[in-house]
Amino acid sequence: MTASGPFQEQPVEACPASPTDGTCLPDDALERSYYESQAKRVWRRFLHHRLAVGGGGMVIVLLLMVFFADFITPHNPLELETARRFIPPFTHPSFVLGTDEMGRDLLSRLIYGGRISLVVGMAAMFATIVTGLFVGLISGFYGGKVDNALMRFTDTMLSFPQVFLLLVLAAFVTPTVISIALIIGLTSWMEVARIIRAQIKYIKEQDFVMAAFALGASAYRIMFKELLPNAIAPVLVSATLNVANAVLMESYISFLGYGIQPPLASWGNMLTNAQAYFDTATYLAILPGIMITLTVMSFNFLGDGLRDALDPRLRM
Amino acid sequence: MLHYIAKRLLQAIPLLIGVSVIGFAMMHLAPGGPLAVYTLNPTITAQDIERIKQVFGLDQPIHIQYLKWAAGMFTGNWGNTFFGGRPVLDVIMERVPATLLLMGSGMSLAMIIGMLIGVLGAVKRYSIFDYLATTGAMVTLSFPTFWFGLMTIFIFSLKLGWLPSGGMFTLGGEEDVFDLFWHLVLPTMVLALVLVAQWSRYTRSSFIEVIHQDYIRTAKSKGISSGRILLRHAFPNALAPLIALAGIQLPWLFSGALVTETIFGWPGMGRLFVDSLTMKEYPVLMGMVMVTAIAVIVGNLLADVLNAMIDPRIRLDG
Repeated sequence: MTASGPFQEQPVEACPASPTDGTCLPDDALERSYYESQAKRVWRRFLHHRLAVGGGGMVIVLLLMVFFADFITPHNPLELETARRFIPPFTHPSFVLGTDEMGRDLLSRLIYGGRISLVVGMAAMFATIVTGLFVGLISGFYGGKVDNALMRFTDTMLSFPQVFLLLVLAAFVTPTVISIALIIGLTSWMEVARIIRAQIKYIKEQDFVMAAFALGASAYRIMFKELLPNAIAPVLVSATLNVANAVLMESYISFLGYGIQPPLASWGNMLTNAQAYFDTATYLAILPGIMITLTVMSFNFLGDGLRDALDPRLRM
Repeated sequence: MLHYIAKRLLQAIPLLIGVSVIGFAMMHLAPGGPLAVYTLNPTITAQDIERIKQVFGLDQPIHIQYLKWAAGMFTGNWGNTFFGGRPVLDVIMERVPATLLLMGSGMSLAMIIGMLIGVLGAVKRYSIFDYLATTGAMVTLSFPTFWFGLMTIFIFSLKLGWLPSGGMFTLGGEEDVFDLFWHLVLPTMVLALVLVAQWSRYTRSSFIEVIHQDYIRTAKSKGISSGRILLRHAFPNALAPLIALAGIQLPWLFSGALVTETIFGWPGMGRLFVDSLTMKEYPVLMGMVMVTAIAVIVGNLLADVLNAMIDPRIRLDG
């Protein structure tokens, strides 16, 4: 009598009561909450999370900014002119954010630096997710010895502090956008692998997967048609949070001089140069840092909101 | 109890082996391999290289090489530096105290502030303070540490002139405890920043879980003051999971120390690491990677054992 749910018989005359104050809800409210599509429910929960919406909006703005960099930058970011070095921000009509130690337009460099940082961040995220997904899927699906071996390997990789491993690898390779993204991916897939493995182990026990096994579906089919689509929520959340982490990591290694090499600008290496003029031209150090923080924060808020919206159970 | 400790010790062994295999593989991945210093030297001929290979046993099969190398690691023979030829282990060990001091003070500060924020957030859940604290944690987790370090130097050192911008002691000054403390303030603040966010988040969720349990309600209904409930009843139980956090945080702490030491010129392991990178001192780099990984494994082991000692529930599922 007290139980209610989509499969329970509903009292025909009773009006659906609002959970907060017991008043009647609009006629279709119950129906809506039961039969609303998953996507709609996720979207509604996401919109509830104001910081996440803000983060998402900011991410879109940043992506548009770097995508259309060629059209919106007022100057060539590599154009040197010693006659106009160190113009402070907001003092020159043409160089809105001022110029750096070589007279290059700071706004243009920030936009192009953002393109590098975001491309590295996205590519590194991709490498992280693919590796983590592969390890987690194999581990969770096969279990037993395979699982044990892969998880011990994951634990081993987690024992290395990431920045140490990253810098050693960065010192071995010729720094390019691709190589930097790859080594970030190689040193940060472990968390993803663990999350995916746990999710796969859980889904594997569900009836519909049992049914697929009983029908004699191949391992390949079960992994990619049954398990993977149902693990998409944590993958999406990890992917978003991993862009944030990758942007941060790229800025670390570029700042220390092992990442993106000048004259190509990245937010990290812009800070390296800025250190030398710290006392006289502090804005050179402040602006790239603000861009990094803003980007990382936007992706973090977006990922956090996605986690809440997609699956409240995932919340730690 | 002993059974549990023995079990955790045994679990750490494959990890240590794994770490050593990866360390060994990386040494061979390095440009020029383990002999980089000789192959890059123009006065050494190809025959010399062959002879050195024989002397070092580098012509032997790879698994024999690994076993010899691992035995060397185990007995403290970590090879010599390229420049100066000093034992790698000595070079690293002389940097350990400075790093430990920085990491210890950073962690302590982060624990105190983080736990305070976490407890307040849990008690006044969904209040404005709680909202600000959780949002603030997210914001600080997004700061690039090195940039935050530069900003603190700019504000507290260059503009206000309150604190020194780097180093461990004033050059040519008295090297006493006060001077050391003065130089420690800024790096500690920077290192603690990210850790505070983690401590406050974990403390908050751990406390929220504990204060909704039946025994807390019982204590309340017996009329015990809320301060006493918090300190005597809730705190010890909420604390247990936080010990594990200290273990989990170690890799972060090392990474954070590396960045902080670089910014502030703090003469610890992180600084040594970055200097070794510029000089391509591969033996030192490998040694450091090994030292930090081993420290992380041992730290996690200690945290688990300590946790089991104070929380009897753990042994059941251990």
